Amino acid sequence: MEPILQIEHLSVYFTQYEHGPRSSAFQKRQLAAVKDLSLEITPGQIVAVVGASGSGKSLLAHSILGILPYNSHMEGKIRYNGETLTEKKARKLRGKEIFLIPQGVTYLDPLMKVGAQLRKGKKDPETKRRCRSALERYGLGADVEELYPFELSGGMARRVLIASAVTEKPRLIIADEPTPGLDARSAKRILSHFRELADEGAGILFITHDLELALSIADEVAVFYAGETIEKAKAEDFGKPENLRHPYTRALWYAMPEHGFRAVGGLQPYAGDDRKGCPYAGQCTACREDCRTEGQIPLVEYRGGEVRCLHPDEMR
Amino acid sequence: MKHRLQFTGKKLIRMALLLLGVSIVTFLLMCASPLDPLQTNVGQAALGTMSPEQIAKLEAYWGVDTPPLTRYLGWLSDVLKGDFGTSLLYRQPVISVIGQRLVSSFWLLLSAWVISGVLGLAMGVIAGAFRGRWPDRLIRGYCFLISSTPSFWLAILLLLIFAVWLGWLPIGLSVPAGMDAAAVTAADRLRHAILPALTLSITGVANIALHTREKMIDVLESDYVLFARARGESEISIILRHGLRNVALPALTLQFASVSEIIGGSVLVEQVFSYPGLGQAAVTAGLGSDLPLLLGITVVTAAIVFAGNLIADLLYGVIDPKIRKGASRG
Ligand code: SF4
Repeated sequence: MEPILQIEHLSVYFTQYEHGPRSSAFQKRQLAAVKDLSLEITPGQIVAVVGASGSGKSLLAHSILGILPYNSHMEGKIRYNGETLTEKKARKLRGKEIFLIPQGVTYLDPLMKVGAQLRKGKKDPETKRRCRSALERYGLGADVEELYPFELSGGMARRVLIASAVTEKPRLIIADEPTPGLDARSAKRILSHFRELADEGAGILFITHDLELALSIADEVAVFYAGETIEKAKAEDFGKPENLRHPYTRALWYAMPEHGFRAVGGLQPYAGDDRKGCPYAGQCTACREDCRTEGQIPLVEYRGGEVRCLHPDEMR
Repeated sequence: MKHRLQFTGKKLIRMALLLLGVSIVTFLLMCASPLDPLQTNVGQAALGTMSPEQIAKLEAYWGVDTPPLTRYLGWLSDVLKGDFGTSLLYRQPVISVIGQRLVSSFWLLLSAWVISGVLGLAMGVIAGAFRGRWPDRLIRGYCFLISSTPSFWLAILLLLIFAVWLGWLPIGLSVPAGMDAAAVTAADRLRHAILPALTLSITGVANIALHTREKMIDVLESDYVLFARARGESEISIILRHGLRNVALPALTLQFASVSEIIGGSVLVEQVFSYPGLGQAAVTAGLGSDLPLLLGITVVTAAIVFAGNLIADLLYGVIDPKIRKGASRG
């Protein structure tokens, strides 16, 4: 099937001003928060992007939607339904075919009733009906429309946010960490709604820091490290660590509760840090001389997946 | 409801204490004033020609010989009985002097207050929405310029331009000089109030605009505006639907709290325009050692300012759904 979303070599940069080394004048500096990311989603598929908090994952969502903050810009290519997704096109499509499902209740205007927010200021009966049935689909009654966000419970807020995506017919849904603070059971229940939406034909990009949660629902997983995708794997590959390709992914696997909770030593570098070679070198037990001297390490196809590592089989 | 009443009750008690404090401070300042009431009001030359009995009489009239504490307590007990005393300079009950002055200041203060509020809000919203671009720079530049300009200087400037050079508007007073009170029309009063009101509005705008701008920027960077954008709401709808709604509350509070600034500003501005309002009366009373009048004016203006703040607090409770719904449930 034609992919609904193709991301090719996407990088997102932040402009930062800082003191230069010699002069006191401010210097402009470009920091890469997302580096050379490629990704594909076909309708009905859930692709998870897994990475530690603060690794620039949200910017990925914002760049697809064309709502990057004013001090940042992107390079690379995003295609939607086969065509380049320009900012202008994104503006037309967001809220119609492309939807964001954000983290929580802070994404609702605190001074506006839920119903009014979902209707986006429209008052015609058709909009009202669709908003009504979207809420109903997730077990939220008419009374919820009259509530202010602060009156919603955590679970209700999450369902309202999902409902906001089905007021239209979604073709691409970007769920940015949609279940923080929920216990495992409620989180799984919320995620089952995503499976449902995928089965109805939407492509879903699921952004999370929780590998376990991602594996419970995704078809494919892209692992993010310091702003770079370092591995792309099928969900099944996570059955055995030997099937995985990158040392970091394997370390994540071992860090999962059912695999012994072995934490990864060391700190993840910030995406914008200037460095040469492999970002994981500082934590990698398989690191060799060339890992540090090589320039940008390319993402290569490897054993049915993709990996950004010079010695992927070193740790098997 | 009970909660709301309790809240108001507490505020009123605080207001009473505050007014007491304000009157004491005013009184002490007046006592510490280096101006001798006899010399300023009667004049050195006149005093020289008077007999000691006459001088003693005058001293009694201006209260020079009464110990300060007795004087203050006397004033306070009268006030508690509802009697604000008689103005020494105007030889009229303080209440009626304040009443007349308040009426002539009222429209001036009100129009300046409304204009600066509405204009300030609009400018703040625009500057916030265009953050970093030229409308923002223009508005911010204006605000900084105005905030660093003394209001009396601005008053003089406007006076020079519109009254002296262009001759469009009268130089001062609240009615045409030498005209029969009965012949003064509303249009006359309006023409005389334009310049002072303009001065007060121009200076009042800056503070409100800058605060609103800050708040607007916060709102536009908020999660909920990001989400509104992600859902395809247009920039203009975001500013009108989410921006204004969330900026309105703090702006309203600020607006009611700014009553004090408008009143404070009016003291100087009325002086420049010889506008016979409350502010001018305060200056006259202060310089002329008219203790009852000055105390009366301070207490009344402090009460107005306090009422402004109280209204802001109460409105907050009515408008903010969190407080409104929380209170009705609790
Ligand atoms: S490239 Fe080298 S340092 Fe980086 S993950 Fe692979 S083996 Fe480790």
